[in-house]
Amino acid sequence: MRRLTLAVLASLALAGPAAAHRVWMLPSSTVLSGTDAWVTLDAAVSNELFVFEHVPLRLDGLTVTGPDGAPVTPENTATGKFRSTFDLHLTKPGSYRAAVTNEGLMASYKVGGQPKRWRGKADSMVREIPADAQDVTLTESIQRTETFVTVGKPNTAAFAPSGKGLELRFDTHPNNLAAGEAARFTLLLDGAPAPGIDVEVVRGGSRYRDKSEEVKLKSGPDGTVTVPFAQAGLYWFGAETQDDKAKTTGARRRAVYNATFEVLPQ
Amino acid sequence: MRKAVTALFPTLIAAPVMAGEVTLSIQIPRLDVSEYHRPYVAAWIEGADGAAVSNLAVWYDLRKREGEGGAKWLKDMRQWWRRIGRETEMPLDGVSGATRPVGTHALRFATDAGPLSALKPGTYEVVVEAAREVGGREVVRLPLTWPPTAPSHAAAQGKDELGAVALDLKP
Repeated sequence: MRRLTLAVLASLALAGPAAAHRVWMLPSSTVLSGTDAWVTLDAAVSNELFVFEHVPLRLDGLTVTGPDGAPVTPENTATGKFRSTFDLHLTKPGSYRAAVTNEGLMASYKVGGQPKRWRGKADSMVREIPADAQDVTLTESIQRTETFVTVGKPNTAAFAPSGKGLELRFDTHPNNLAAGEAARFTLLLDGAPAPGIDVEVVRGGSRYRDKSEEVKLKSGPDGTVTVPFAQAGLYWFGAETQDDKAKTTGARRRAVYNATFEVLPQ
Repeated sequence: MRKAVTALFPTLIAAPVMAGEVTLSIQIPRLDVSEYHRPYVAAWIEGADGAAVSNLAVWYDLRKREGEGGAKWLKDMRQWWRRIGRETEMPLDGVSGATRPVGTHALRFATDAGPLSALKPGTYEVVVEAAREVGGREVVRLPLTWPPTAPSHAAAQGKDELGAVALDLKP
């Protein structure tokens, strides 16, 4: 096994590549009027959208940014069996972003021919993975899960990219989406437009139909992706890519971006 | 004193004759529902490109005590909200007001004053949108060619949340 000189990483609570589980936040409203509004948000990991049926999304990595770009403190945070929840008191007009970021390290390996998995902090990896492990594959993940709400007139100060991992730049404002109108977003990887990124868009309510009706897209040469929001509803947006820009020696990097968008009727 | 007042009258009377007048009448229908709230209603002028040009009226609940008041539901008039409402500081002097009861309400605008005075010649639509708490929502559109050169009348009939809506122009 590769010996690990590591200086990395926070804990996480996410499904790694545990296949199709989707990570999401669910806002109670996305477009609000008045001068003093509240929204409540749920955060979960599940197969069906937007159904609480697997595990909660932990809120350790939650950051909320207000219309002036300053942080907003979430209130009434709690984590239950299937979901986390928190409230936002929206006291300023403009657009807010809630984002949960998680960075983590995963290993898959074999001991005596048996496949094993490990997930945790880099500094405990040496201790926790047996010395006789074979076929060790390391994956460093950086995952961002977002949603957006706007009181009054939309603005974009809260959407400044962090420059780390996969993110979106909003050519179309995420709280100005209407049925039958396409929206244009730009995938960013480490802050730069990212071509050829796989994107999946799924409308919520999959429990009540036979097919999940996911739309598969790929970002163009300039990193843009045009999403056809044909009907009103809540949509899950997922993008994912892998590269070898991991901070951990010998690891692959997996960058994931998820967002929830509300599309209103005309 | 009395003389001064009398002297003013001729100009007051003369003014409406000089300027044209636009009358927008909006009927709020009587609905047979168990829980009735007066609808929120917005009327505005939209250009041929779909961009809102000017607010004509916004009726909403000014008295709601709970929380922040009735402005919380302005976004339920969602076309108005997206086109112009979210850009509008409420209350809007001379435009916004309280919700209105069942019946026909006529709004009169001088062609040379208020929201119409700055209207450039062209083709527009007058849009009326109603949204009712625990009820539905409806949008009605009427064509408007500006400036009016002859008296004209346009009318449309709402199906659910609006009754007859009419636009009368007098150049």
